[in-house]
Amino acid sequence: MANVLVVAEFAEGKVKKTTHSAVTFARTAATALGGSYSILVLGSSAGSAAEELSKLGAAKVLVAEDASLEHYLAETYAPTVAAVAKDFGVVVAAASAFGKDLLPRVAGKLEAGYAADITEVSASGGTLHYKRPMYAGNAFGVCVIDSAVQVVSVRQSAFAAAEATGAAAPIEKVAVVAAGQAGARIERVKFDQVKNERPELAEASVVVAGGRALKEQFYDLLNPLADAFGAAIGASRAACDNGYCASDLQVGQTGKVVAPGLYFAIGISGAIQHLAGMKSSKVIVSINKDGDAPIFQITDYGLVTDLFKAVPELAEKVRAIKAG
Amino acid sequence: MKILVALKRVADPDNANKVKIPADGSKIDTTGLEWKPNPFDDYALETALRLTEDGKTTKVRKGEVVVVSFGPKDVETTLRSALATGADRAIRVECTDEQLDGLVVAKAIAKLVEAEKPDLVVLGKQAVDGDSNQVGQILAELLDWPQAAFAATVREEAGAVLVGREVDGGVLEVRVKFPAVLTVDLRVVAPTSVYSASTDKAFKYNEGVRFAPLPAIMQARKKPLDTKNLSDLTAEKPRIRYVKYEAPPARKAGSKVADVDALLDKLKNEAKVI
Repeated sequence: MANVLVVAEFAEGKVKKTTHSAVTFARTAATALGGSYSILVLGSSAGSAAEELSKLGAAKVLVAEDASLEHYLAETYAPTVAAVAKDFGVVVAAASAFGKDLLPRVAGKLEAGYAADITEVSASGGTLHYKRPMYAGNAFGVCVIDSAVQVVSVRQSAFAAAEATGAAAPIEKVAVVAAGQAGARIERVKFDQVKNERPELAEASVVVAGGRALKEQFYDLLNPLADAFGAAIGASRAACDNGYCASDLQVGQTGKVVAPGLYFAIGISGAIQHLAGMKSSKVIVSINKDGDAPIFQITDYGLVTDLFKAVPELAEKVRAIKAG
Repeated sequence: MKILVALKRVADPDNANKVKIPADGSKIDTTGLEWKPNPFDDYALETALRLTEDGKTTKVRKGEVVVVSFGPKDVETTLRSALATGADRAIRVECTDEQLDGLVVAKAIAKLVEAEKPDLVVLGKQAVDGDSNQVGQILAELLDWPQAAFAATVREEAGAVLVGREVDGGVLEVRVKFPAVLTVDLRVVAPTSVYSASTDKAFKYNEGVRFAPLPAIMQARKKPLDTKNLSDLTAEKPRIRYVKYEAPPARKAGSKVADVDALLDKLKNEAKVI
């Protein structure tokens, strides 16, 4: 079957931008296969989301509404997603925390193959070929999936967000499938949201990232520079582990993967695991007092200096330039 | 509490940039790289050990930790090392990499779970060679068990664990009742991340995973290590088939600039990003 199902990421009343990257994948895959794509949204009240999603060029928007779906849990979402997916050839969501948690569970239910975090899709003789990073981005594998339904998550930074296309797709309700024992044995206790007024890391056009060297001055140093650019703030694992910043700022193999137009690596030495999350950035600037740090091997513009002096100066001068 | 922990060995992740792709794209060549335990699996073992002790007397297990790994005879090195670190028993599933994908591994572990009846299966959230992040979630579905993936904190309660999951935008706390599947994230090995029901809440672990003392390495040779054939656990064949491998696009080192003004000049006039 040649049709593609996008599982929308819908939380706290908002359709997350990750969904738009999955839609771009779906357009490419459906075009290659000569099929169409539909979008599935789940929630306790998903009407407004369905309306928004209906403008993204899908054949249909499918809505699964039930009180049990108010907050996402893989255990309660997977049965409905899998039931809907049986009528499609490919199921996709972004490789966000949501997609990475949900999709393997859906694949398990369908006994389907799952290809994670793909960066490219192409078709050859009616078969989709998925390209995905392995070994912290030091190799890419191109795979095919031999199962009736193919389940894939896509790297958000590798698929541009889909724009609205005009005509509104029809919206249809689908049946909600009750969760099994698994759903009865999990309880959502609370969500500690990290307050963040900045752009999402994976979507920002400029990322200002800091490492261990910044210590307790992490935010004091990076905030003015990020403000000057309207940038997102990122971090190395070492900065997160040491508690200098929030854990969800981590950029790397197992954190966020970003590919902004401009990436500042400040006091980051450049461990393989960090490079995996940022080396697709268009322009990389590194500021580090150690001129031999591995980060400089992939840096476009390197400044070997005391970052505690250079970063405030840079922030001030960028602010002045932007103020015109 | 009985815990099953899945372990995988991977080509030295700190030298992952030394993997080679031959011109015909037929494989990822890791020749010259040492085998190391997948870091997240080390964290899974540490989590299981912390959940089966009181923190102070780490030689006494309250319950049992069973480790399992897939591969040829020499993955027993990985299992012996886990036994030396504190696991009680090991199982090696005889197979080659070509026989496996995430679903096959999950099916085989599900079969082992039927026989072992653990309260928890703890896995690393991903193996850093394939970077797929899938086995724990697939396994949970096959068993119809709840999953707490990307766990950063774990607190044992009566018949359940309270788990802090690192997700986009914050930490989601869930309570999962046994039996359940956990996959662990980096920060699960912080000093105050994991407490069993009998651990004093003021107790702090050392940062990171524990290492086996020398006498334990000797004793580990006497701990039981069973072998099973993959075909006795599952007849499934991989659904994922790699048709070729490619090297990543090369990125050249650029230039060093003298000072902030020189940097701004380059960003404005050469890169045109300001």
